[in-house]
Amino acid sequence: MIPEVGHYALVLALVVALVQGTLPLAGAARGDPGLMELARTSALAQAVLVLVSFLALTWAYVVSDFSLLNVVANSHSSKPLLYKITGVWGNHEGSMLLWVLILALFGAAVAAFGSNLPATLRARVLAVQGLICLGFHAFIVFTSNPFARLDPAPFDGNDLNPILQDPGLAFHPPLLYLGYVGLSVSFSFAIAALIEGRVDAAWARWVRPWTLAAWCFLTLGIALGSWWAYYELGWGGFWFWDPVENASLMPWLLATALLHSAIVTEKRDALKSWTVLLAILAFSLALLGTFLVRSGVLTSVHAFAQDPARGLYILGFIVVVTGGGLTLYAWRAPRLPAGGLFAPISREGGLIFNNLLLAVLTVVVFLGTLYPLLLDALGGDKVSVGPPFYAMTFIPLSFPLIAAVAFGPLLAWKRGDLLSALRQLATVGAVAIAVGVLISFIAQRHVTLAAIGCGLSAWLILGALYELARRIKLLEIPFGDSMRRLAGLPRSSIGMTIAHASLGICMAGIIGVSVWQVETIAVLRPGDTLSHAGFEVSMERPREVDGPNFVAERGRITFRREGAVAAVLEPERRVFKTTRRQTTEAAIKTTLLADIYATLGESDGKGGWTVRLYYNPLAPWIWLGAAFCALGGFVSLTDRRLRIGAPWRARRAAPQPAE
Amino acid sequence: MKPKRKRLWLLVGSLGALALAATLVLVALDDNLVFFHSPTQIAERKPPPTQRLRVGGLVAPGSVEKAGDGLTTIFVVTDTRANLKVSYRGQLPDLFREGQGVVAEGTLGTDGVFLAREILAKHDEAYMPPEVAKALKDAGHWKKDSGK
Repeated sequence: MIPEVGHYALVLALVVALVQGTLPLAGAARGDPGLMELARTSALAQAVLVLVSFLALTWAYVVSDFSLLNVVANSHSSKPLLYKITGVWGNHEGSMLLWVLILALFGAAVAAFGSNLPATLRARVLAVQGLICLGFHAFIVFTSNPFARLDPAPFDGNDLNPILQDPGLAFHPPLLYLGYVGLSVSFSFAIAALIEGRVDAAWARWVRPWTLAAWCFLTLGIALGSWWAYYELGWGGFWFWDPVENASLMPWLLATALLHSAIVTEKRDALKSWTVLLAILAFSLALLGTFLVRSGVLTSVHAFAQDPARGLYILGFIVVVTGGGLTLYAWRAPRLPAGGLFAPISREGGLIFNNLLLAVLTVVVFLGTLYPLLLDALGGDKVSVGPPFYAMTFIPLSFPLIAAVAFGPLLAWKRGDLLSALRQLATVGAVAIAVGVLISFIAQRHVTLAAIGCGLSAWLILGALYELARRIKLLEIPFGDSMRRLAGLPRSSIGMTIAHASLGICMAGIIGVSVWQVETIAVLRPGDTLSHAGFEVSMERPREVDGPNFVAERGRITFRREGAVAAVLEPERRVFKTTRRQTTEAAIKTTLLADIYATLGESDGKGGWTVRLYYNPLAPWIWLGAAFCALGGFVSLTDRRLRIGAPWRARRAAPQPAE
Repeated sequence: MKPKRKRLWLLVGSLGALALAATLVLVALDDNLVFFHSPTQIAERKPPPTQRLRVGGLVAPGSVEKAGDGLTTIFVVTDTRANLKVSYRGQLPDLFREGQGVVAEGTLGTDGVFLAREILAKHDEAYMPPEVAKALKDAGHWKKDSGK
């Protein structure tokens, strides 16, 4: 019965989406307040209906209702409760339901918190949101119904793919979707603005918090996915330039550009049509990411079994959304009034430089990801593009971008003074160069990369701290006064400092692993020792342990340095009872400076086991940096000026240094 | 700055960045494309040992064995028409199994044994890499459930 309620709610939601996507548009065009108000009501109803549907599916998973095909295919009665719940989105149908749930919740949030948006703009934003919902509802109802029944119902299910039974991957999709789907709000705002024919500072101020929220979630989602790949796949790497990873990186790059260009639109009333274009493209790339992952056109380590018919539907949807958006853009954007003027050397000039490079980086990733598909579609050879391609393109192109980050905030709006900024950053620059030179002596491999990377990372961190110190006049005025200035700073500028410095932390981590990783693969017998990265490593005979739905072989590997125990790691090889599938569970000891990492391989039948050991210097900084980066975004979000409804109060409340 | 000059400046900047990116991309694509071959194609073309390539097919049942060092796995990849011996040193992905689709990246040794530096793992055993599916189809041995 409950699954039927869920199914019914889903179909109702489709009908509501149809109403939400059409009538308010007509209402806004004719100035009919009743029809416009319908947008709000239907957006809220939409969210309730989809939530009911989602909860119904979750319930079916929790009670192991094996009359549902979806539950049979992806669950098992002995699975831990956590993975019964997260298993809801561990499959295609359920993950699409989660997608549309988040979409509906974002719509409802705009309806609930957008009370000071002009009525027509709000109606149009919600209508576009409704149309996107409609597309996804149709996709789910017609091609991916999660509520399909199975008769007769089997006694038990097939269990969830074991590598998804992990906290990292359990929460990766919701975060990623919050990011992807959050970009739909920016998209809806862009389309609504094009219909209205008006893009101004107020519009940018409404768009920015939504984009920022989406960006924060996307950052966390990507970081969690990368962390998961690092510890679960057992290869000791964190980023493989795999098409599926690139699929989430592309919208992130453009969302980062959008965040920065919206600032220019807000403060200087410039870059309007570019900002609108970015909003359209960022969401299009989020959809493209869905297509790439769901269609089966890619050879990827992360690819799942797919259905080409569904891929075709999403492709069609992308064509409609992107094509429609761009057509509207081509038609309406030239009519947008021209914006303010600016000099190349200025805050806005710096932000344009940032946008230019981020856009170019997106193009590079786009080409690297899609070129093999294009070649294949044209009947050419089957090829793949791997990490060396990105090492030659993405990395050199990102260096100037990163180098510019420290300058941007020191330049004034309208007319900046590069010389003065250079002078101010002279000390920071000298330290960064010294770090680079020092590193070039220490690095054994990739010396140039290591020197430039570490230098830039020091430059980023110190540059961000310098900028903050300058704002609060640290050491110039009494310390207490500086602290009071710090407390009075707008949160968005504190958020920016955190995000920029975190980028440096993340970069240091990436360089650390790329340059100093030590890998040892060996057959180890109980009682033998081997030396690895300065450790003496020994292993006890692996033991059999029982998990809830698996049996495992658990090793016990001891790392000693100069006789003292540095780490005892217990990696496992699990065999899941239902699927008979194996997983490798890496064991990692994380310290602030490095990860000690071990996985247990198979027995050689002669009393030894294959072990794979890594020493990953600075590895934790990668995810720490990414998490801080997102934290910076969340701090910015708490800025009152970004919160619609109270744009000016914060300014009056505390005196602040001029921006 | 006048709007016209501003636009010119932006245009020059964007074109410069794009040109630089295009050059880098073209050079990188030229050097770093990894071509996919089926065992049949390798038997016919005999690629030089310097060329990095991908090979895909099914792991021939009964062919997997361990070398004396306990670390190197030797197995045969087949598209049912031709066989290719593959040697890989390291830990195999969890889903590596006889009779399953596999993609190996590496170089062809002068002795005709493919030295794999990477074996691609899949998250899902029902998933058949499109290249492998094609190699099997070309050999005329594709069954819809071969991926299972």
